[in-house]
Amino acid sequence: MKPRSDYERSLWRRLVRFVDGEMPEAAKLHAGESGRNGTGKKSTGSGAEPLPEQEDKRERHRRLERAHEKEAASMLERYRNWPKEHGVRIFGRLYAVAAVMLCLIIIVTLLVTVSYLPEFGQSDNPNNNEVVERYNAHGLEETGATNAVAGMILDYRAFDTLGESHVLFIAACCVMILLRLDDTKDRKRAEEENDRLYEPKNDKILQLAAKILVPVIILFGIFVILNGHLSPGGGFSGGAIIGAGLILYVNAFGFEKAGRIMNRKNYAVISVVPLLFYAVAKSYSFYTGANHLESGIPKGVPGAILSGGLILPLNICVGIVVACTMYHFYTLFRKGGM
Amino acid sequence: MEFVRNLPFICIVSALSTGVISSVLKPRVAKLLSFLLISGSCIASVLVLAYTMQTGEAFVYSMGHFPAPWGNEIRAGVMEGVMALFFSVIMLLSLLGGEKYLKVDIEASKQNLYFVLVDLLLSSLLALVYTNDLFTAYVFVEINTIAAGGLIMVRSNGHSMLAATKYMIMSLLGSGLLLIGISLQYDLTGHLLMSNIQQAVGELAAQGEYAMPLTVIIGLISVGIAIKSALFPFHAWLPDAYGYSTASSAAILSSLVSKAYLFLLIKIIYRVIGTEVFWDSKITNVFFVLGVAGMLFGSVSANKETDMRRMIAFSSVAQIGYIYMGLGFGTQLGVTAAVFHIFSHAATKSMLFVACRGLSEVSGNWKEFSELKGSGYRNKIAGAAFTVGALSMVGVPLFAGFISKLFLTSAALETVSLKMAIALIILAISTVLNALYFIRAVISIYTPRNEKYQDSTFRPGITFCAGMVCFIFINFALGLASNPLIKAIEQGLRMFS
Repeated sequence: MKPRSDYERSLWRRLVRFVDGEMPEAAKLHAGESGRNGTGKKSTGSGAEPLPEQEDKRERHRRLERAHEKEAASMLERYRNWPKEHGVRIFGRLYAVAAVMLCLIIIVTLLVTVSYLPEFGQSDNPNNNEVVERYNAHGLEETGATNAVAGMILDYRAFDTLGESHVLFIAACCVMILLRLDDTKDRKRAEEENDRLYEPKNDKILQLAAKILVPVIILFGIFVILNGHLSPGGGFSGGAIIGAGLILYVNAFGFEKAGRIMNRKNYAVISVVPLLFYAVAKSYSFYTGANHLESGIPKGVPGAILSGGLILPLNICVGIVVACTMYHFYTLFRKGGM
Repeated sequence: MEFVRNLPFICIVSALSTGVISSVLKPRVAKLLSFLLISGSCIASVLVLAYTMQTGEAFVYSMGHFPAPWGNEIRAGVMEGVMALFFSVIMLLSLLGGEKYLKVDIEASKQNLYFVLVDLLLSSLLALVYTNDLFTAYVFVEINTIAAGGLIMVRSNGHSMLAATKYMIMSLLGSGLLLIGISLQYDLTGHLLMSNIQQAVGELAAQGEYAMPLTVIIGLISVGIAIKSALFPFHAWLPDAYGYSTASSAAILSSLVSKAYLFLLIKIIYRVIGTEVFWDSKITNVFFVLGVAGMLFGSVSANKETDMRRMIAFSSVAQIGYIYMGLGFGTQLGVTAAVFHIFSHAATKSMLFVACRGLSEVSGNWKEFSELKGSGYRNKIAGAAFTVGALSMVGVPLFAGFISKLFLTSAALETVSLKMAIALIILAISTVLNALYFIRAVISIYTPRNEKYQDSTFRPGITFCAGMVCFIFINFALGLASNPLIKAIEQGLRMFS
C-alpha cells in the first residue's frame, strides 16, 4: 500500500503536531510560501522579457495570474509585517495615552473623594472616638511613656510593630539574596570592577570632618533611641541616624577599618539577637495580657529615663535592627557584602 | 482560659522567630527547623479547629494587656482553623515535594535564606488568616509581598529576576491601593478593628451618609486585592512568576499567596464592610464580569503555550477567575463555592507545579511538550500525580475539581437569569478548553517516543514520592468526601457574621 502523499497536511497529523507542541501549520506554510514566491519572481523576470510579442493568450493569462499572485503575496507580506512596522508604534502611543488617562482618572477620583471626607481637625469627626480618648486620657498611666506615640506603637499596638520590624528584616534578607557575593572568585572580580578603586582614598578633608561628626551623629542617635519614650523619636528614627553615621565612617575610612567591628560574624549576632529579644519579650507580655496574669514589669515614674516598662528595651532593639539594616544595605550595594 | 486559645498566637510568633534564627544557621538545620515549624503549625491548627467546632463559636485573643479597640487582637473560628490547617499542610507538602530541587536551583550559600523566606511567609499567612484588625492585616500583607518576591527571585537567573521585578511592581501597586482604602475608611469610621468598622459602616450605610467615599473605599480595597491575587486584567505578572521560579516557590505562590489575599477579601466582605453593604455596592458585578473574562482568557492563553509550566500558570488565571465568579454571584452559596474552589485549586495546582518539575527533571530540564514526551514513563510517580491533577482541573468526577464545579454551577442556578445564563455557558466553554490543554499535556507525557533521555538509574527520591502521594490522597479525599469540609465552610461563614 502506498502512503498518502498529503499525510503531512492531514487533520490527524496537524492534531499530533499540536499535541507535540511543534511549530504551528500556519507558520510553516508561510515559510514555504515565501520561498516559492522568490523563485516564481525570478522566472517571470527572465522568461517574459526577451520575446514579449510572441506570447499567446495562455502565456499572458499565466503572467497576469502570477502578477496577481505576487500582488497578493506582497499584500499578505505587508499584512503580516504590519504589527512589527506600525502596530507596535501605534500601540505604544495608545498605551502611553491610556496610562496617562488612567492615572488622571484615579487622581481626580481620589481628590473628589477627599473633598467628601469629614473636614480635618474637627472635634466631632468619627476618628475622634473612645479609642483616641483613652490614649489621651490614660496613655501616661497605662504605658508609663511620656511620648504617647511610643506608648501606642510599642505597648498598645505592639503586635503591629513586631510585624513591622520583621518587614525590615525580610527586606534585608531579600537584598542579601539579590546582591551578596559569596564566591571568592566572583568577589575578587567584583572588587576589581568596584568604583571604590577609582575614588580618592584617604581624603583628608572627609576624614577630618568624619572624625568630628561621626561621634556626634552616633551619640545623637543613641540619645534619640534612649529618650524614645520621653520625647519625639524612638527606635526607628534613632536607628536611621546611627546608620547614617556608620555609612559616613565607612566612606571616610574604608571598609577595612569599619570591618573590625561590623564584619559578617558580628552582624549576624547583632541583627538576630535584638529581634529575638523583641519577640520573646513581647510574647511574654502578650501571653500574660491575654491570660489576665500580672506581667510584673515595673512601669517606673513617668518622665524618668528608666520608665515605660518594656518600651525602652524595645526601642533599643528596634534601633539596633534599623541601624544594622541601613549599614548592611549600603555594604551590599557597594561591594556585595561586609 | 484553655491553653488551645494561645495556639494561633504561638504559631505566628514562633514562625517569625524561626525565620530570624534561620538566617544564621546552616541550610540543613534551617530546613529541619522549617519542617518542624510547619508540622507544628499543622497540629496546632487541627487543635484550634477541633476546639472551635466543639464550642461552636469563635474566640478572640487580645495581644497584650489592653482590650480590643485599644490593643491588637486576633480571632479564631472554624473558617480560620480550616484555612490555617490547609495552608500549613499545602506548604509542608510543596516543600517536601520540591525539596530536592532547591539544591539545584539555589546557590549553596543562600539556601538557608530560602527557609527564612518560607518561615516568614508562613507567619504572614497565619496572621492574615487569624487577624481581627485591618491594620495588622496590612502589616502582614507587606511581609507576604516581600517574601513572595524573594521566593521568585531566589533562583537568580535572568527570567526569575524579571519575573520578580514585574511581581513587585504590580503587587506594590495593589498594596498601595489597599493602604489608601484602609486609611480612607479609618477617616470615616475611626476604627481599625474589624467588628467595630462593620458596625460603623452599617450605620453610615443605613443613614445614607458618605455614600460616595464608601463606594470608593470598597473599590480601592477590592481592586488592590484583585491585583495581588491576579484577577484577569491584572494578571500580567503571573505567568512569568509561576513559570520561572523554583518548583516549591511556584507551588507556594500559586496555592498559598494568592489564596491568602482571596481569603482576606472574603474576610473583608463579611467582617469589615458587611455582606449587605458589599452586595449592594455592585462591585460584585465587576467581579463577575472580570472573573468570567479571566476564565476564558486564561484557558485560551494556556492552549497557545508550548511550555508546560507557563501553561499551568495560565490555567491559574482561569481558576482565579472561577473564584471571583463565585464571589460575583453575591450569594452565600456562591461564596461557599468560591471558598471550596480555593481549597481544591490550591491542592491541585501545587501538585501540578511540583509534578511538572519532576517530569522535566527526567527530560533534560526542558519544559516544552516536544521534549517532555514519554516522561510519564520515566518518572512514574510524577506522571501519575500530573494525570490526577489534570483530571481534577478539568473537573472529572472522583477528583476535587469536580466538586467545586458542581457547587459553582448550583450557585449559578440560584442567581438572576442573566448571570445564570452567562455563568453556565462560560463554565461549559471553559471546561472544554481546560480539557483541551490538560488532556493534550497528559497525552504528551505518555507518548513513548523520546528515547534520548532514557536513564535507568533515575530514582525520584523519597521526599518527592511522599509529597506526591500525599497530594494525590488529598485530591481524592476532597473529591470523594467533600461533605465535612463543605459543612465546616458553611459553619465558618456563619461564624463570620
